[in-house]
Amino acid sequence: MSIRVAKTGNEAVAEAMRQMRPDVVAAYPITPQTEIVQIFSGFVADGLVDTEMVTVESEHSAMSATVGAAAAGARAMTATSANGLALMWEIVYIAASMRLPIVMPVVNRALSGPINIHCDHSDTMGARDSGWIQIFSENAQEAYDNTLQALRIAENPNVLLPAMVTMDGFIISHAMEVMEILEDEKVREWVGEYVPENPLLDVDNPVTIGPLDLYDWNMEHKRQQAEAMVQSKAVILKVAEDYAKLTGRRYGLFEEYMLEDAEVAVVVLGSTAGTAKVVVNELRKQGVKAGLLKLRVFRPFPAEEIAAALKHVKAIAVMDRSDSFNAISGPVFAEVRSAMYGVQSAPAIVDYIYGIGGRDVTPEHIRKVYDDLANIAARGKADRILTYLGVRE
Amino acid sequence: MSVPKNAGWRDVPKAGRILEPGSAAEYETGGWRTYRPQHIPENCIHCLFCWLYCPDMSVIARDGKFGEINYKSCKGCGVCAQVCPGKRGQKALVMVLDEAAAATAEESCAEPKAQTK
Ligand code: SF4
Ligand code: SF4
Repeated sequence: MSIRVAKTGNEAVAEAMRQMRPDVVAAYPITPQTEIVQIFSGFVADGLVDTEMVTVESEHSAMSATVGAAAAGARAMTATSANGLALMWEIVYIAASMRLPIVMPVVNRALSGPINIHCDHSDTMGARDSGWIQIFSENAQEAYDNTLQALRIAENPNVLLPAMVTMDGFIISHAMEVMEILEDEKVREWVGEYVPENPLLDVDNPVTIGPLDLYDWNMEHKRQQAEAMVQSKAVILKVAEDYAKLTGRRYGLFEEYMLEDAEVAVVVLGSTAGTAKVVVNELRKQGVKAGLLKLRVFRPFPAEEIAAALKHVKAIAVMDRSDSFNAISGPVFAEVRSAMYGVQSAPAIVDYIYGIGGRDVTPEHIRKVYDDLANIAARGKADRILTYLGVRE
Repeated sequence: MSVPKNAGWRDVPKAGRILEPGSAAEYETGGWRTYRPQHIPENCIHCLFCWLYCPDMSVIARDGKFGEINYKSCKGCGVCAQVCPGKRGQKALVMVLDEAAAATAEESCAEPKAQTK
């Protein structure tokens, strides 16, 4: 039996962390993630969890201490947002290349500047090549569920990679919704006993971690890292299956919403998927064959699966909540279009950069995207690849 | 258990971890050298400053006297030659170009040879 509660995204993730009982949490508060650290440290202070809470002086230190704890053999976690993630940067890559299964909730926020505290995906999209698994959440329920699943994925012996679980800043982190959480004992069983690989604290088997690794072997170690990401796809699906048995809630690499017979489809991640589903429902009532693909896992990128799910539609719009400044498109579009390359009579595909710096995205915006798609599908081609949605012209 | 030279990426410990303690002793750092310290016995007063200062324990002393340089590990840093007082202003350790070591270094920079398995 699960428990029905009303929680914000931040509260839900802090609750998940309490239930997961990590050995070490080293974290620094940053808007809009602050509450996760604040609530979790409250749990520690109140004796509700026996985690060693390390209050550090910066995010660089937060990730460093987390890496140190994980290398020692601890189950270690941290959490951050935007500029905090940017300050961690150096160690974010090190965590992945040292193959430490750290789980880190990231509350998506625009990277400065101009300074802004609201949601876009520029923070985690920037870290897409850091070697971390990246799982996006549509709402607080998913943020909770993804956090619990991320640990099992990261710690799988075929994976051993760190994992970021994201949720949209303020929109999800600070909005309260009704959701289900598991009982403490169920989560305890779910996470199980952690058996670290080559922990530094195993004094009977001394190990050197992080030695200089030059041209003689570095490429082999990077190849291993790439393979772990490939392997993680099957693990993500297996963990989702086990989680469905526990909770009844099903997850995949992405969610297909009314996609099977769709003629036009939007690819979106995060909270905007919720808004877009409302629009899809309306359009369906009007007889428009609209569908939606909500990406859940951005790393590993499920290229083949996406191509298979989208190959039958006539026109696709990818929604990018960050810009690549590559003079072509946002990052999600680049990957989705690359996945579609080689598909027989591939659908027309366009990109919308939207919601930057927390710019509100309404059903009207999404409706305009579907209108454009109907147009593109009818004409069999698009006039331009990239549109900035909701910008003042 | 050092990693065999013909191992592939699947065979080596993750992340460059070294699972065997003290294995650095097996690692020959002599290939890093460009200059090698050369001992000139007639100038040596056996003060053992070189033995004391060598950061790599590559000066081997015998019976309280200068014995030899271990060229398998000597990185050619030149510290020994710098601290050597020698005799009457004539150093007993001088650094000379090490062409053999330089050639080894070049070889180890090259791409690994194609493996057959
Ligand atoms: S420092 Fe020079 S003089 Fe002293 S023992 Fe070494 S080689 Fe001989
Ligand atoms: S050159 Fe450096 S490493 Fe070699 S013997 Fe002298 S001090 Fe030691």
